[in-house]
Amino acid sequence: MTAALCVGLAAFSLFLATIGKSPVEFYGLVYKAGFGTSFSWANTLSRTAPLLLAALCVALPARLGLIVIGGEGAIVLGGVAAGAVAMAAPGLPGGVGIALMAAAAALIGGAWIGAIGLLRYKRGVNETIASLLMAYIALALMNHLVEGPLRDPASLNKPSTAPLPEGFRIGDLPGLDVHWGLAVGVLGCVIAWALMERTRWGFAARIIGGNLRAAQVQGLPVGRLLFCWTALGGAFAGLAGMMEVAAVHGSANASLAAGYGYTGILVAFLARQNMLAIIPVAILLAGFEAANGLTQRRMDLPDATVLVLQGFVFIAILASETFYGRFKMFQPDRWSRS
Amino acid sequence: MTARAGVETIGVETIGLTMRFGAFTALDAVSLKVRPGSFHALLGENGAGKSTLVKCIMGFNRPTAGSILVGDREAAIPDPRAAHALGLGMVYQHFTLAGALTAAENLVISRDDPPGIVNWAKERAALDAFMDRMPFRAPLDVPVNRLAAGERQKLELLKQLYLGRRFLILDEPTSVLTPSEADELLGMVRGLTETDGLTVLMITHKFREVTAFADTVSVLRRGRYVGGGTVADLDHGAMAEMMIGDRQIAPKTGRTGALGAPVLQLEGVNAADRSGLKEIAIDELTASGGEIVGVAGISGNGQTELVEILAGQRPLRAGGIRVNGKPYGATRAEARAARVRYLPEEPLRNACAPAMSVAENISFHDFDIQPDGARRFWLRPAAMTRHAAALAAAFKVSMASIDSPIASLSGGNVQRAVLARELSGDVDLLIVANPCFGLDFSAVAEIRARIMAARNAGAAVLLFSEDLDEILELSDRILVMSEGRIVFETEGASADMALIGQHMAGHA
Repeated sequence: MTAALCVGLAAFSLFLATIGKSPVEFYGLVYKAGFGTSFSWANTLSRTAPLLLAALCVALPARLGLIVIGGEGAIVLGGVAAGAVAMAAPGLPGGVGIALMAAAAALIGGAWIGAIGLLRYKRGVNETIASLLMAYIALALMNHLVEGPLRDPASLNKPSTAPLPEGFRIGDLPGLDVHWGLAVGVLGCVIAWALMERTRWGFAARIIGGNLRAAQVQGLPVGRLLFCWTALGGAFAGLAGMMEVAAVHGSANASLAAGYGYTGILVAFLARQNMLAIIPVAILLAGFEAANGLTQRRMDLPDATVLVLQGFVFIAILASETFYGRFKMFQPDRWSRS
Repeated sequence: MTARAGVETIGVETIGLTMRFGAFTALDAVSLKVRPGSFHALLGENGAGKSTLVKCIMGFNRPTAGSILVGDREAAIPDPRAAHALGLGMVYQHFTLAGALTAAENLVISRDDPPGIVNWAKERAALDAFMDRMPFRAPLDVPVNRLAAGERQKLELLKQLYLGRRFLILDEPTSVLTPSEADELLGMVRGLTETDGLTVLMITHKFREVTAFADTVSVLRRGRYVGGGTVADLDHGAMAEMMIGDRQIAPKTGRTGALGAPVLQLEGVNAADRSGLKEIAIDELTASGGEIVGVAGISGNGQTELVEILAGQRPLRAGGIRVNGKPYGATRAEARAARVRYLPEEPLRNACAPAMSVAENISFHDFDIQPDGARRFWLRPAAMTRHAAALAAAFKVSMASIDSPIASLSGGNVQRAVLARELSGDVDLLIVANPCFGLDFSAVAEIRARIMAARNAGAAVLLFSEDLDEILELSDRILVMSEGRIVFETEGASADMALIGQHMAGHA
């Protein structure tokens, strides 16, 4: 996958060169703004947190053979659920409030993506398309709620839920300028890895992903496993939304739809659906996103530059998956996979 | 009647046609003659070389040796296009029409030179004129996927005629049809040979169709031409004997112990078949401990579906399955409690996760339980690998490493690994499908010995196989499946080959 990443970045360099910009300057700025200083590291790591959880929402179902690309929906609904909990019970002690917000966000995210797994199993609905379309439904739901029933009358220009009580806010990691979401994300990856690689549920999930027919012959409860694992992925994505609300925005509003769910797809594929590999990949891509502002200002590049870059990398990954095994250089017996 | 004037009637003859795939000889100097204007049937078991023969005629295969005469002239047929140019066409077992398009659209786009822009008024007039010439019609304006199977197969036939083919090969054209649809279709084909000078070579397994519709017949066995002649001169016994041969039934050595209690019992089982058009109906089936029950049959007569029913992958419409007297729904808990094991056909496709390691694949059975039978939450990868390595060694699985992906193993070693998994521990019921398909001689002997050893240890074994020799060698009792039903039962030791052959061919 490193090769695919390099090919994607090289192709993007050519793209920059053709529009008359210097790739060297671009990557230099990315380094500076993403990883060069302690401030840029803090910026990068803050963006890493939701990416980690969003990537899990792709990687977990992918291990069962489902390509779910609608994690964005679970993120925004998780955020709205957190905002709603804070509005419903602002008087609760902080710790209880945070726990309730997290539970509500995980529940709604899990139900949202779990429903996609269930639809796939019960009705044969294509999970890729269903999850994407349901993400749009989720966005519409969020807009409806924060502009309607859940709107704080004080939020004039940007319809939002009421600001979270101080006790419900999640602060920074001790000694760092990065919120607790990063720790939650890293912990989530470790837990997901342990569940997938080291428990009987994970083993059963991997059999389903490896060969559905073999799983059926072994009598595994395929439907239940599909639902539980997709729901777990959705719960992580819902948590990402809750973290954004409780640590970054302070209330639920349209800023929740920041595209982390979509960048998470790229992270999961670059990590080859390996839960631990998600961590470094998410940091790298968060760095690119963190640098977007600086490259815009310094090099006069458009806002969409980072999306173009992600597109190049993604096409490189898909191409390498497609070509894998087709050419001599990809033969597994000559090039070990792991 | 005679052929219509101005239309050429062509026959096909093969002379010493030989086709080798590597060391395997699929066709061995086959010479057969299909006379112009005749309806010729080609009989043979699975793997007798029928498909290879017609693929050579149609240009899909280049024969290793021998020649093909079309209309008394030697013809080079390097590819299907050349076969089409000579007027040769083929109707396949399965439908080849585009389902979403109408018959008219299907016919027009199937031409060798479809027009870039279709003038539908002109084409419709031409199609109507064509249909008027035909002895039967098919609706032109209905999307093909709304037609019944019989109508669709008729349309396949019309397509070949529309394309100007004069010699048609029909590859089991009735396998997806009901008996009355089959009779109607073959009656039409027969009519075309009599009135239109069409020549037909039909692959079939069904004696009834041969007797009712064909003029002449050729029989292949193991790639050789073993006989044939005019249908009127042959009875079913003679055809069965040619098809099956005078094989010696291998003496049943190695069976030890007496017949145990019934293990598997099916009663009144009814389910849909793969096509959804026909049914699988098993009135009664019992397998007892200490016996191998062989289920013989031409492929596509419901054996695959019955295996799926037993594995819980095909819902029942009626009836029930009992194992050791208890209702059985093939969940993991039930399979474990009743000690039921499966060896599906094509193990890499149906029983393994190809990208997972050999160790993981061998552990599919007991990754979730501890040695004392309690469920485990955390896996023990080291113990799992150790256990798998011991099993792999006991079953002589040859591989680079226990951690290699199982897809990197040879077919025989994949089957050994699956056997290692399924035959470890106590087995009460073993369900096996085509266990030796595509394996080399030594692997075959070893795998059959393992299956017999399981029987001797008291397991009930239900063996599905398309290889009649395998059924005869292993089975204590033989059932024959045809058209989704069990149509015949016999003791393995006293099996009458000709009778089995006739039942396989759907005729008692």
